[in-house]
Amino acid sequence: MTNAPAPRIEVQDLTVVFGEDERRVVAVDAVSFRVEPGSSFGLVGESGSGKSTVLRAICGLAPVAGGRILIDGKPLTLRRDKAFTRQVQMVFQDPYGSLHPRHTIDRILSEPLAIHGFRDRDRRITRALSDVGLDPAFRFRLPHQLSGGQRQRVAIARALILEPTILLLDEPTSALDASIQAEILNLLSRLRRERNLTYLFVSHDLAVIDHMCDRLLVMKGGQAVEELAEGALSHRQVESDYTRALMKASEGFVRPDAA
Amino acid sequence: MSGAPTPAGLRAWLDTDTPQSRLQARSISAWNAWRTLSSNALAMVGLGIIVVLILMAIFAPVIATHAPNAQNLAGRLNPPGWEGHILGTDELGRDIFSRIVHGARVTLYIVALVAVTAPVFGLIIGTVAGTLGGWTDRILMRITDIFLAFPRLILALAFVAALGPGIVNAVLAIALTAWPAYARVARAETLTVRRSDYIAAARLQGASTLRIITGHIMPMCLSSVVVRVTLDMAGIILTAAGLGFLGLGAQPPLAEWGAMISTGRQYLLSHWWVATVPGIAILLVSLGFNLLGDALRDVLDPRAASK
Amino acid sequence: MTHAPERVKGETLLSVRDLSVTFDTRRGPFQAVRGTSFDVGRERVGIVGESGSGKSMTGRAILGLVRPPGRVTASRLTFDGIDLRALPDRQMRRIRGQRVSMVMQDPRYSLNPVMTVGRQIAEALRVHGRPSREEIRRRSLDMLTEVQIRDPERVLKAYPHELSGGMGQRVMIAMMLVTEPELLIADEPTSALDVTVQLDVLRILDDLVRRRGMGLIFISHDLRLVSTFCDRVLVMYRGRIVEEIEARRLHEARHPYTQGLLNCLPRIGGGHGDLPTLQRQEAWNDA
Repeated sequence: MTNAPAPRIEVQDLTVVFGEDERRVVAVDAVSFRVEPGSSFGLVGESGSGKSTVLRAICGLAPVAGGRILIDGKPLTLRRDKAFTRQVQMVFQDPYGSLHPRHTIDRILSEPLAIHGFRDRDRRITRALSDVGLDPAFRFRLPHQLSGGQRQRVAIARALILEPTILLLDEPTSALDASIQAEILNLLSRLRRERNLTYLFVSHDLAVIDHMCDRLLVMKGGQAVEELAEGALSHRQVESDYTRALMKASEGFVRPDAA
Repeated sequence: MSGAPTPAGLRAWLDTDTPQSRLQARSISAWNAWRTLSSNALAMVGLGIIVVLILMAIFAPVIATHAPNAQNLAGRLNPPGWEGHILGTDELGRDIFSRIVHGARVTLYIVALVAVTAPVFGLIIGTVAGTLGGWTDRILMRITDIFLAFPRLILALAFVAALGPGIVNAVLAIALTAWPAYARVARAETLTVRRSDYIAAARLQGASTLRIITGHIMPMCLSSVVVRVTLDMAGIILTAAGLGFLGLGAQPPLAEWGAMISTGRQYLLSHWWVATVPGIAILLVSLGFNLLGDALRDVLDPRAASK
Repeated sequence: MTHAPERVKGETLLSVRDLSVTFDTRRGPFQAVRGTSFDVGRERVGIVGESGSGKSMTGRAILGLVRPPGRVTASRLTFDGIDLRALPDRQMRRIRGQRVSMVMQDPRYSLNPVMTVGRQIAEALRVHGRPSREEIRRRSLDMLTEVQIRDPERVLKAYPHELSGGMGQRVMIAMMLVTEPELLIADEPTSALDVTVQLDVLRILDDLVRRRGMGLIFISHDLRLVSTFCDRVLVMYRGRIVEEIEARRLHEARHPYTQGLLNCLPRIGGGHGDLPTLQRQEAWNDA
């Protein structure tokens, strides 16, 4: 599969529209990109850029108004089937909102296994926990008994327990402290290496995207601004003013007198 | 599992941060809920009243001093304390205390039957409507609105009039008028959780809509509905009593508190206890459910317990 | 406490000694803030720390905004020579409205959703004195212009939900500054905003500190932002200040926690290698 000529994810002229008539909002406007197997692709932009909506459209959580999404060269069916969920999983931004508040970690991890009829659930849950660096003692806790970083580890474990090839990451560390962010980013890098995963990584933080991704697409107001190859950011080989403004902003505050 | 826990060990077993099994995790949640509830004095008063009601219903033949329907026309309308009648006798010389005790059975029967029918039905309608949205939602909610538009007692009256008086029909009528409120509560709760990331995550895992409704959405609605049911119990008891009062609920000679008030009101000015005693009984039980409901809201409400 | 910096502009506005905030929990008392001491003059002081470090609680404790069951103790807590510890509620409220203000992280929770912006600003103005209608209007418009709102007339009539995040935060700042406080405590004032908007808001704050000689306590989790914006940085860890350092000398930080916080941030061009993670040490708890 890894040597297949087709890209793992191909998005062609994807358009997502919410609402009708006067309240019609084009959240994503004809965005295209390709992600090769085993690579990591970044979508970067500010709020309202449509970067998260692209992920949601791939998952079938946002209405696709135009364009095509292909996984391994095959267009997605209108309803995402079980085979799709075995292949593509997502990690959400808010570790406090993405875990059911009344389900124990055990239940959260065993549910996907039950849905897909896995037998050796106990073994898989124990392994999933150790893979993301969580103590097995956490297994029967409720999410509110865990810290933000621990919750995000559970969310990653849940996404990986079905052994997908593609992981969609929607700002997975933006709700976390800097030191926890580093741990989660390292974990994600390690998992990608070990399992040859393909990442589609969304973030507002250019530095995080540059660290995690090979190539990236800058988005603004639902449109693609520019696509950058590996190393383009560090060598400042950017075309658009917007990307340049984002780069400057990520360096912190510049005092008027110092500027 | 940590073996058979001793009392001291049980405490530690319930207080640990790292449960070892599903059973322990559940026990700990229940234990924490109980601790919060039991620290609320009013809740304990409410719970006490309800426990007394249940005990009274179970042991009615033992507690009652007389047969509830034994008439004694020579001893009519006697005041409390007369010849061993703790709370006096009614217009047929029946012992009021014994009728109150046996009436607890009727009240509990109504409460229990309504509690297992209306909320379940309302929960299903509300979560299905809220989750599916679109036309399903519109149709189900319009039906709910139609039921909600009628005053509860009037609608219950109409049903009983159509079905014929009697306690089962009264329960049926009350359940038919009570479910729309639960459907509304469940739908409102569903709408707040349906767009949450954990529902999206479940969907992404390939969970069917049925699994999402029963496994993910219903548990989130359950506490609101339970609180609502507890608070509504007072209203349900009053409706049942109202139907009894109007002669459409329990039929004589069955001891039912509403019906007892109804017959007692003719003698209210001259023999106050005949109507007042069942009135106090209704008041106390309603109060019990209300106090418990208020406290349950603090314990169970996901918004209050989210942090 | 290395690099003890000289007071930037002499005068001390706020003086805090041994400030502690304690919460009684089921498992015994928990100290969110454990004996912090610092002074703030007419300068920009950043308080940096991760969640749970007690940085927000410190800001709230200064203004007496810690809700029960939280308890605040300090051996000294003075603002302009006034002891804030023993101050009656009424006078505390007047200081809070007039001389010290606080900006919170999310404008959506701090603005009243059913009142227009204009009324809320007017309310803030009426807390002290009885300005006339025209005066309220003039000062509100001036203030909104000052925080670079282009259409102040329209914003005055708007409800909070009609404003964007950046606009809401500017309104919030305008509301807090309209009484011309001498000290502003800003708790993550820009964290909910996009980076480009974030810099706009910071520019406004920067301008106000310079022109009015206002003191600013800038509470944030973002070490990089604080180090570029503030004059002086207090680094908090588990309720204690573990390091106090001049912002421009942050790269010389001695405490391993400060160093760890700086190093664990990914940088553009930093490569794909693993980020150094923070190895927390027991000893830091008592640093």
